[in-house]
Amino acid sequence: MKMYAITVKDLTKKFGDFTAVNNLSFDIEKGEVFGLLGPNGAGKSTTMAMLSTMLKPSSGQAWVNGYDILKNEDEVRKSIGIVFQDPSLDEELTAYENMDFHARLYRIPKKDRQKKIIELLQLVELDEKKDNLVKTYSGGMRRRLEIARGLLHEPKVLFLDEPTLGLDPQTRNHLWDYIDRLNQEKGITIILTTHYMEEADKLCHRIAIIDKGQIIALDTSEKLKNDVGGDIITIVSSEKDSLYSVVISLPGISNIEVHDSSITIGLHNAEKHVAQIVNVASECGIPIDSISIHKPTLEDVFLHFTGRTIREEEASGKEQMRMMHRNRK
Amino acid sequence: MDIVYTLWLRSVKRYTRSKSRMVGSLGMPVFLLLVLGFGLNSVVAIPGMEQGYIGFIIPGIISMSVLFTSMFAGIEIIWDKQFGFLKETLVAPVSRLEIMLGQTFGGATTAVIQGLMIFVLSLLIGLEISSIPGFLIAIVFMMLIGISFTAFGIAIASRMEDMHGFQLIINFVIFPIFGLSGALFPIESLPGWVRYLALLDPLTYGVEGIRYGLLGSSHIDPAICFVILSGFTILMVGFGSYLFRKINI
Ligand SMILES: Nc1ncnc2c1ncn2[C@@H]1O[C@H](COP(=O)(O)OP(=O)(O)OP(=O)(O)O)[C@@H](O)[C@H]1O
Ligand SMILES: [Mg+2]
Repeated sequence: MKMYAITVKDLTKKFGDFTAVNNLSFDIEKGEVFGLLGPNGAGKSTTMAMLSTMLKPSSGQAWVNGYDILKNEDEVRKSIGIVFQDPSLDEELTAYENMDFHARLYRIPKKDRQKKIIELLQLVELDEKKDNLVKTYSGGMRRRLEIARGLLHEPKVLFLDEPTLGLDPQTRNHLWDYIDRLNQEKGITIILTTHYMEEADKLCHRIAIIDKGQIIALDTSEKLKNDVGGDIITIVSSEKDSLYSVVISLPGISNIEVHDSSITIGLHNAEKHVAQIVNVASECGIPIDSISIHKPTLEDVFLHFTGRTIREEEASGKEQMRMMHRNRK
Repeated sequence: MDIVYTLWLRSVKRYTRSKSRMVGSLGMPVFLLLVLGFGLNSVVAIPGMEQGYIGFIIPGIISMSVLFTSMFAGIEIIWDKQFGFLKETLVAPVSRLEIMLGQTFGGATTAVIQGLMIFVLSLLIGLEISSIPGFLIAIVFMMLIGISFTAFGIAIASRMEDMHGFQLIINFVIFPIFGLSGALFPIESLPGWVRYLALLDPLTYGVEGIRYGLLGSSHIDPAICFVILSGFTILMVGFGSYLFRKINI
């Protein structure tokens, strides 16, 4: 049998009548970076909570690093590092003390403790501020500290629940590089959740798109994009329905979808066909407000599989909540 | 044991760092000590009390200080829950019993320090302690109050969702425990049924034990106090760790 880092079988979590995670099954190979991508409330955090033994599943099974999450909690806990979606630092302690607390909890021998802490703090560039109280830290610094802390005991599997939520683009890029390096150099298996398409695209070997507690697609980012049908042309037009009926008869179109204010056309070699589409439209007297071609992103993939976009305002709304949470002290 | 120490260390660090809380929680006991002590000293005479009413309530005020600090220290895990830090401890490969014990000893330590501050203040306003062994006896009782009520606080906090119930607990748990304990008056002077309530209050035995230690005399035999309070402490640690094991985050 192949050794998987994580095996999930029919995992289900119900809160009362509400099913937050519905019959999830997947395997994650050792050394893989695996993404759980989905909108708010999809069940990503709940899945992580079950895999990290913080929440009991209603039914189903899962193994992490070969250990049963129900029967072998302690071994699972030793195998994993986790960065929670919500803050989990002690604000009244310094960064170093937070790390030290963690090191002691995971029984890292005294002689290694200090060296490892400093090493990791250097890695996330917090070593110069290590003796400042965490309550004086910015959101990004806190996040970096949480990640450093999650790595301190050298976990086999690292859970990152929206690791870059609320970070500025530079910090985000920096963190991506870092996560990538961790995976390549130390071979740590990483499972991360996000609703930034770009993030999943850049970091993950395979991506599971989940919506309403169920996996609706699972593959490499490349293959998922192929499912959308090659490139994508987005046309904004006031007469999108009539546009739809003329475009659909053109050759070479893999799929076509009508949205609120636009239609998207999936096709290969879009550059070649775009002139043809514009011609047909103007022959029929259909106005085109704007037209754009792009290579499919995971955003398109999500749209393709769920019929909905992962709306930006959702993300920003949640970031505000997270910030409010942090500022509530 | 290392884990218990780790959690203890964190509690103590947090405590020593928040000077305002340290001083703030001295306010009420000092106020009571001065107002009641000096205000009633010439009016109230308690049989067998050489050091007057003020001498009588000093052990009571020390107990109060230890009681409040330890209950708050236990309930504090709600903050850890709300600010997310509890997840960090609960996801670690350590037993909940160790976490709970660390928190309990940490809370008890800060509570005893808080009690000792009142003690030092009392020396300044003229308390004369009976003997050094007596002082050590008083410390033992302070530790028992500290441990049992921190554990009690943890038990309560394990069942609370958030801080909303806090006021309720101050008014309907902590104050009655303090009020009935004979900290401010001799329980003999209470009418029959209230006296039984006072005898059911575990803090009564703490107050009497400290009183015996510091003043050399008490109404209840200190050996009995010790046995009852120790029993209560064991019960609370058991109760607290039982509920803490089932805590949800
Ligand atoms: N303790 C709970 N009690 C009741 N319902 C819950 C609980 N925890 C989560 N849920 C519900 O389960 C669903 C999935 O929540 P979850 O936190 O896993 O979503 P998510 O995919 O992580 O979303 P987000 O992107 O917002 O973090 C949500 O509808 C949420 O309201
Ligand atoms: Mg989540």
